[in-house]
Amino acid sequence: MRIARSRGARLGALAVVASVALSACGGGGSIDEQTQANEEQAAESGGECGDLNMAVNPWVGFQASAYVVGTVAEQQLGCTVNYKDLKEDVSWQGFGTGEVDVVIEDWGHPDLEKKFFADQGDGSAEDFGPQGNVGIIGWFVPPWLAEEHPDILEWSNLNKYAKEFATSESGGQGQFIGADPSYVQFDEAIVSNLDLDFKVVFSGSEAASIEAFRKAEENKEWVIGYWYEPQYFNAEVAMQRVALPAYEDGCQDDPQTVACDYPETELKKIVGSDWAASDSTAVSLVQNFEWTNEDQNVVAGYIASDGMSPEEAAAKWIEENQDKVDAWLE
Amino acid sequence: MSETSAGSGIAARGLVESERLTNPAPKKPVEPGAPPPGVEDAGISRWIPALGILLVWIAVWSFTKGNNTLALPGREHTDLHQSLTDFNNRLLAGRETNPVMQFTNGISDILRTVFDWLQRLFVRPNLPRPVPEIGWLGIVAVATWVGYAIASWRIALLVLVSFLSFGVFGYWEDSLDLLIVTGMAVGISLLVGLPLAVLAGTSVRANKAITVVLDFMQTMPTFVYLVPVVLFFGIGVGGAVVSTLIYAVPPLVRIGGFGIREVSTTTIEATDSAGQTYWQRLFKVQLPMARKTIIVGLNQTTLAALSMATIAAYINGPGLGKPVINALVANDFGKSFVPGVLIVVMAVMLDRTTTAASERSEKVARGGGGNLRVRRIALAATGVIALVAVFLSRRDLSLAEFPTYTIGSKVADAADSTMSGFIDLVGGLAESVKNGISYGFLNPMQSLLAESPWWLAGLGIVALAVVFGGVRALLTTVVCLAGIWFLDLWHDAMLTLTMVLVGTVLVMVLALVFGVWMARNRWVDIGIRPLLDAGQTIPPFVYLIPVLALFGFSRFTAIVAGVVYAAPAAIKLVADGVKAVSPTTIEAGRSTGQTTWQEITKVQLPMAKGSLVLATNQGLLYVLSMVVIGGLVGAQALGYDVALGISRSEEWGKGAAGGLTIVLLGVMLDRITRAAAEVRRDDGPTTRRAFNVRLPIGPPR
Amino acid sequence: MTAALSVDSLWKIFGTRADKIIGTPDAELSRADLKAKTNCVVGVKDVSFEVAPGEVFVVMGLSGSGKSTLVRLLTRLIEPTSGTVSLNGMDITSASASQLRDVRRKQVSMVFQHFGLLPHRQVIDNVAYGLEVRGVSKKERRAKASEIVELVGLQGYEKSYPDQLSGGMQQRVGLARALAGDPEMLLFDEPFSALDPLIRRDMQNEVIRLHRELGKTMVFITHDLAEALKLGDRIMILRDGEIVQIGTPDEVVAQPADDYVKDFVSEVPKAHVLTLKWVMREPRPGESMDGPALPVSTIVRHAARAAIASEAPIRVMDGDTMVGVVDEEDIMRVVVAEEEQ
Repeated sequence: MRIARSRGARLGALAVVASVALSACGGGGSIDEQTQANEEQAAESGGECGDLNMAVNPWVGFQASAYVVGTVAEQQLGCTVNYKDLKEDVSWQGFGTGEVDVVIEDWGHPDLEKKFFADQGDGSAEDFGPQGNVGIIGWFVPPWLAEEHPDILEWSNLNKYAKEFATSESGGQGQFIGADPSYVQFDEAIVSNLDLDFKVVFSGSEAASIEAFRKAEENKEWVIGYWYEPQYFNAEVAMQRVALPAYEDGCQDDPQTVACDYPETELKKIVGSDWAASDSTAVSLVQNFEWTNEDQNVVAGYIASDGMSPEEAAAKWIEENQDKVDAWLE
Repeated sequence: MSETSAGSGIAARGLVESERLTNPAPKKPVEPGAPPPGVEDAGISRWIPALGILLVWIAVWSFTKGNNTLALPGREHTDLHQSLTDFNNRLLAGRETNPVMQFTNGISDILRTVFDWLQRLFVRPNLPRPVPEIGWLGIVAVATWVGYAIASWRIALLVLVSFLSFGVFGYWEDSLDLLIVTGMAVGISLLVGLPLAVLAGTSVRANKAITVVLDFMQTMPTFVYLVPVVLFFGIGVGGAVVSTLIYAVPPLVRIGGFGIREVSTTTIEATDSAGQTYWQRLFKVQLPMARKTIIVGLNQTTLAALSMATIAAYINGPGLGKPVINALVANDFGKSFVPGVLIVVMAVMLDRTTTAASERSEKVARGGGGNLRVRRIALAATGVIALVAVFLSRRDLSLAEFPTYTIGSKVADAADSTMSGFIDLVGGLAESVKNGISYGFLNPMQSLLAESPWWLAGLGIVALAVVFGGVRALLTTVVCLAGIWFLDLWHDAMLTLTMVLVGTVLVMVLALVFGVWMARNRWVDIGIRPLLDAGQTIPPFVYLIPVLALFGFSRFTAIVAGVVYAAPAAIKLVADGVKAVSPTTIEAGRSTGQTTWQEITKVQLPMAKGSLVLATNQGLLYVLSMVVIGGLVGAQALGYDVALGISRSEEWGKGAAGGLTIVLLGVMLDRITRAAAEVRRDDGPTTRRAFNVRLPIGPPR
Repeated sequence: MTAALSVDSLWKIFGTRADKIIGTPDAELSRADLKAKTNCVVGVKDVSFEVAPGEVFVVMGLSGSGKSTLVRLLTRLIEPTSGTVSLNGMDITSASASQLRDVRRKQVSMVFQHFGLLPHRQVIDNVAYGLEVRGVSKKERRAKASEIVELVGLQGYEKSYPDQLSGGMQQRVGLARALAGDPEMLLFDEPFSALDPLIRRDMQNEVIRLHRELGKTMVFITHDLAEALKLGDRIMILRDGEIVQIGTPDEVVAQPADDYVKDFVSEVPKAHVLTLKWVMREPRPGESMDGPALPVSTIVRHAARAAIASEAPIRVMDGDTMVGVVDEEDIMRVVVAEEEQ
């Protein structure tokens, strides 16, 4: 009885595997053929691409850039692309160990450059030029607030409204929404150096900030926070920038004494020196890659608003913009 | 998962032994004629002096608040932190020459190479092949066969369904990655842990030393490991395997050592008297007799490894943790739901398989397990089928690449819309609960702890520790507080402590209500327990997301996540404690005509006090470990410091100091509650026992 | 002839720095006083005795009397604090670890109260364990083990596992394991006290049978006086680690060394234990000397019928010499005294 039942179960198990296997059949073809094809393709393209280790820092815009370049490398150059979800700093540390080859969107890290560029540091990383996007960081409020209280867009008026921004987290002061701790930011220093009656509360991630801003605009809540462009969300809710004391060269050199606005940043590509010196066919692709804030916002929107996977979003954009892609591949 | 409770049952028994070792003179009944023992407790509840201390504290606080709070804004650091950062930089800069770094990096390289090799074998294309060496069909077949070979056809079926679900829901590669990391960590755990278990099991002195280290390792919240691990082993596979290993080894050493120690002394004597050598005793007597317990340890180690391997996604550890953490960054519940469920599936699969394997091996060792010849033939036949499947999966593309199904994203969408519907429904309510607790409870308490001058808060904590833990707790508390003070994160530590205390109070309320209910009603127990078991298996990141959606980024979110995380263990402990009250005592009580309420408050809860203290202890440590992760979602304080330290190299020192502070906080809370358990003589030995074999912090147990 | 086992001034004191106590006045303190003063506990206190080859030597005492400690000192399962133990003239106390192992492998085997069997091994492999650790080949040790299994009456159970057997059968396995190495001496540590009375009696008879067949020297620990009287050639009574009395069973019953022993033996059916030696007297003047002759070692109970049947008193003979007489009344005195208690 027992044996009969166990045999039955085994047959059942076999049947399950067989049916999944059969349902999978039909597509594809022989593995040997594809192996051969791969070998031929590698021979034709005059050099192997091999592995491409692409850091993915935690904001959607970065994802957009990284997956577009990665997808091109994979589809057109036959690279094996490894996406690594890492914070900015950690990514830079990865150049030396070979964990990371490319950081496709760097917002300016003088301290890291000092450590890892050849002139002052260990030379494990190098600048691969601008990637076309211009980064704007600043303090932003939702549009309804800018409309009803236009004077709020000037920092000197912020204290007047501080109480309105208070929450259970801000201990009586106004709440300022800080960002992911890994981002480039000086908000606490700015708040204290400008004597603002605010407390920085860190949302922890881009998504959490977006959620807060979206809710604030819908419910006319008082919210102010760290925000930036390129940013797909600005198409949905046009966040308004609050003017801080203008940026001057050197005013952000000492993180403790910052009392000025963030500069406009030309975003650039940073790559591992060893990888850059290799004969990987992806090196020139990364070197040539350049696009605009609009391009990035489109892809980021596909990912974040339309719920596509980064791969799908990248593939869609590549299909729509084959001319731009071709330029990178020359 | 009833097996896990069986595991802790064994663990609990383990304490008998270690207790005997630590307390050589057990309490003896008073001999007739001897004077009666002195009254040990004056009978005054400890809550009265505690209240007094609190009142004095508040009085002093009212005119000193805001002074000397040692607050350090989020992005500022002190010279100490800077020197730690410099230390980190020097180590990093010298990684080509520093022998320690070379050694650890070498280990990392080896781990990476092995992982890479396994990946090309199972997971990703081994170029120029478009697919891995062994395709999905082969993997499924071999895994199923292994399930059958080491356990039974039922387990084989479970393995089969689990593996298919990994693929069908669209996470084939991440699932295999997670299995590989877990497998590597468990493999190394065995290599490292078994000798240690033998050492702990055969030498009293070694056991003491090892226990101290294990206690420390298990008090440390998982998230804190990551800081030093990243420094020495780097990000990615190396760091992931090492941090998983650190987390997974203790249960094996503890439970394995206990199993070896537990081997009957008569048997040891009897075989010794036959003139065996040390090694004969070890390999012919101790290890075979402890095998079942050792496998229970292995089971716990495996589940711990799985849980930590998920968290290691934070340092780019491969596996199912990655989609979960990505979903956290994207605030997307649906996307975290499916991988979260798959992690639970994997945990159940590993748990059941190792448990069944242990039962089977025991049965076989005692001559059971059915007809050997029939079984061999069946194994060979099914083995051939598996091999054929491997062969086919190497040849045919469709059998190598798991087909794509849409069901995974459909489930994700459904989960998402359910969740947002739920949030729309209760969002307002949630907001007012959050504000109520924050303004009414959390903020005043935080104000008292964190806005007091450091010396006042320190004195207050020491005084309370003495009241609850006695002199025993005094030294540890003072040392820990001094350490926290030294590390320059006093204010943040007080913020975190506030959240932990508030969270633990909530946990204990839940534990008392549900624990007593479960203990008194079998059906409630049967209904709730599986939920609790599952709750302990879900990786903590997963429930951060819905909680975050419900409450926004705030301390309260971290507290609620901590409560959700800690409650299952605490509820089970209370339920089991209340259930263990002797039925005779309850009958005797009933015969006096007590009401149900009197029965609960005058008999069951007082007699289960040991379990309550243990539940509080576990609650504190679980909530602490979650509140730290809550630093990622706006909980500020120490968790934020650690997250900052991991993500920004110029703040590494502050993060490391934060990590150490968390450990000190954990050790302090742990020791105070342990001491509190020992102060109470009337509890009998049960509490002390339960503390001696500690469970790892974090699910699953 | 050398003694099979010779124990000289053997001490065991548990506790730290226990070795410093012996030889000081502290050593003379009572157990409780020593414990209070030094926190050390005396297990065995200055014990000396000898066991002849082929003798069954019973060590008897209540729990805590140190008898189980004593038997473990004999093969150094517990290290003695001071004193010597010699086996066939070889000093065990100073033997090296490998010499000691050799002694345990070949000369002395032990049977334990709680059996101490290996649950993951079949009966046959449990029995063969001693041979296995010696390095005897599998075939050879199995052959030897099955002989022994048969000797203890377990044939048919070779392939069973210990937990499938009853307590009595498990102890037969323990006995077989001890016999398998063909040792010169067997040590029994309360082997039958965990068994129920009927099985215990069977096992005692089994030991008597084996002793008759194999003639091994035996040291037998028990707390059961009846068992001691039944098995022992000589009995040593321990109390608080000290020897109270050593003697043959009838000596112990007839001449208890102190009140402690007297209390012990008070319930013993004396007619079953005492020999004529203890009841005989000088013939009264004019008493008939033609009653039946019985050896002096005859148990009283066995002489009763002859005494009743004969008019004349029994002549008690030690060899060819008459050492005394016993009449019906003398015997009745022993029997009746017992019933009145």
